[in-house]
Amino acid sequence: MFQFEEIASLPPFSLAQRDKEALFERAMTDLTLHHLERCMDYKKIVQGLGFDPKSSHGVLDFPFLPVRLFKSHELLSTDRSEIVKTMTSSGTTGQRVSKIFLDRETSARQTKALARIASDFLGGRRMPMLVIDSSDLLKNRSMFSARGAGILGFSMLGRDVTYALDGEMKLNFDAVEDFLDRHRDENILLFGFTFMIWEHFYKTLAKSARRLPIENGIVIHGGGWKKMRDEAVDSASFREALRSVCGASRVHNYYGMVEQTGSIFMECEEGRLHCSIFSDVIVRNHMDFSPCRTGEDGLIQVISLLPGSYPGHSILTEDTGCITGIDDCPCGRLGRTFTVRGRIAQAEARGCSDTYEKR
Amino acid sequence: MKKDNLFYLVGEGVPNRRPTRPYSDTACSFLAAMSELLLTHREFPDVVSFAFFCRRANITRLKAEFGSSEVRLGRGLAFHITPSNIPINFAFSLVYGMLSGNSNVVRVPTKLWPQVDIVCGAINSLLERPEFSELDGGIAMVRYERDDEVTRHFSERCDARVVWGGDETVRAIRCIPIPPRAIEISFADRYSFCVIDEDAIMKLSDAAIARVADGFYNDTYLVDQNACSSPSLIVWLGGARRSPEGRERFWRSVEQSARKYDLAPIHAMDKYSMLCDFLTQDLGVESVARHGNLIYRLKLASLNDVENLRGKFGVFFEYEADDIGEIAPHVTSKWQTLTYFGVEKDTLARFVTDNSLTGIDRMVPIGSALDIGVVWDGYDIIRTLSRVVWI
Repeated sequence: MFQFEEIASLPPFSLAQRDKEALFERAMTDLTLHHLERCMDYKKIVQGLGFDPKSSHGVLDFPFLPVRLFKSHELLSTDRSEIVKTMTSSGTTGQRVSKIFLDRETSARQTKALARIASDFLGGRRMPMLVIDSSDLLKNRSMFSARGAGILGFSMLGRDVTYALDGEMKLNFDAVEDFLDRHRDENILLFGFTFMIWEHFYKTLAKSARRLPIENGIVIHGGGWKKMRDEAVDSASFREALRSVCGASRVHNYYGMVEQTGSIFMECEEGRLHCSIFSDVIVRNHMDFSPCRTGEDGLIQVISLLPGSYPGHSILTEDTGCITGIDDCPCGRLGRTFTVRGRIAQAEARGCSDTYEKR
Repeated sequence: MKKDNLFYLVGEGVPNRRPTRPYSDTACSFLAAMSELLLTHREFPDVVSFAFFCRRANITRLKAEFGSSEVRLGRGLAFHITPSNIPINFAFSLVYGMLSGNSNVVRVPTKLWPQVDIVCGAINSLLERPEFSELDGGIAMVRYERDDEVTRHFSERCDARVVWGGDETVRAIRCIPIPPRAIEISFADRYSFCVIDEDAIMKLSDAAIARVADGFYNDTYLVDQNACSSPSLIVWLGGARRSPEGRERFWRSVEQSARKYDLAPIHAMDKYSMLCDFLTQDLGVESVARHGNLIYRLKLASLNDVENLRGKFGVFFEYEADDIGEIAPHVTSKWQTLTYFGVEKDTLARFVTDNSLTGIDRMVPIGSALDIGVVWDGYDIIRTLSRVVWI
């Protein structure tokens, strides 16, 4: 039986893909059986798809749930009374959001995994942390949005956590300068959502005559590039822009989602996203879901060994990307690396029932 | 009516020509001339098939079938609200309005289909010809985003309203009144299915099965399986010697035909999500067969509530029946088109009449599900849009 503790203290990027696959085959078998026994909807789907959990399978062969199913269904693999946190994806009003149910154990695994992954990039010591967001975001603690959960999760890795934006999302220069004064000559962690950093931090600084000296800052940001692409900003220009306004040159993007909180994919110094010991990525062709070759674009399937209280260990996302390499990143971290192109494009369906469409 | 968001692609204001007899010479000639103009647009198969419908020989045939035993006139002004997702449907609606002798105002799709510009361009150029001067002022083609005020404006002035686009649209439009004497034809959401004799499939040559499969492709994939007349359910008639060989042969052939289908990644995700969603419901799915992501097949053990199970992008439900009569208890007024292969027409006609079914308005061979005609959804449209002068 696979135990999370087996991997909890391994260095998160220390396993070569071949060794990792052996571990993941075992772990995925056990996780799949775990959810089959506990989640009726999951069982109906997996059986309907014709998957036989009793025979042995490679990592590629395990079933995956479409990410949208977490929006239409409340999927739990434990008793509701065990749930300590319900996380929701960030969606605009009216959109359906994913609901992810966490029990104490799964929540603890997420915290642990996130700390292990981040410390590989930040070192073991807690750093003074500047959150490029507003503390107002965390006022409602009963429901955790993806943004709030990300901030809370990363806040555990920092100290003297200071929010850079006020309730109106304006940059609070005084608070930031005080913070910088308190931590002269120290490494500083800057954390935020990509678009928030761009819109409310970078743009304000770019327009302002004031300059913030954060040469010793390490920036970690995530949450998607959709709005940034409209402004033709990519990872490289984002880095350059940040360096120009505050001097921070170490910038790491991460790829993650509320459906698999904790086991995030961090971008290394070489600009590649890395799977850790807690996670893996398979890219699939949309015509038949067969695995794509390295370098070939397809739909991203994410695997995480953390989810116990909900059947989210294997999810087919609506993002596209491609595998960029295996065990070969110049940064030295082992395992698969990949890149994300973005959300799959919307397309109109033909048909005859929408004349008086809603606005 | 002048509004910033109301665009006239043809005409201006409310058309106000006097009604004519159905199939008037001018209307027939106009359609024949339009057919000639549009047949050149090979790049749009739907425009070509519309042009083919409008050609003189076809209209003359329809006119002869219509007969002249009674005196009829158009009702006056027909107001058409047409679907956004089928680019050419608005043009057929206009043709029905013209052939029945009405002036017409047609709300075209808000989506900017090139087909709309092509057809409206042809209409404009024809209206400039002297031989069609009496039609000038009798046609308005309008484009506007959903706006009850504009819809009300035309509704208050019409003698017939033609509403395409499903239950929600029909419900929304019904809230906007039409004059007491006016009539309405509404095309609500419908459910369609297909009946195939498995033995008949086994008897086909390879070339013949490929033609059936191509026909099935045109009924379904060509419109993302999202038209009312696209089948969601396939009923396999097996008789005593039931074996699934026939259906496997059929699906392999459909898979070949569907190779050309451009399944967008988002639609692959829609489809997979739909499959998983269906599996979580207790529908009595006996087995699932997948041909890559092109074809998903869910075999049903019972037909209870089957009309609520709508496939899209190539998701089909299958059911085995010894006799077509087994379907009868499940047919409601929502059922529209039955496409068939290997079954006698007489058997089908008896199935509907002997069982006193409230649904099924059309029975056509596989391949003709989308062939729209002057009889649709159980309406004889030309007669409905005209009035009888009793003498």
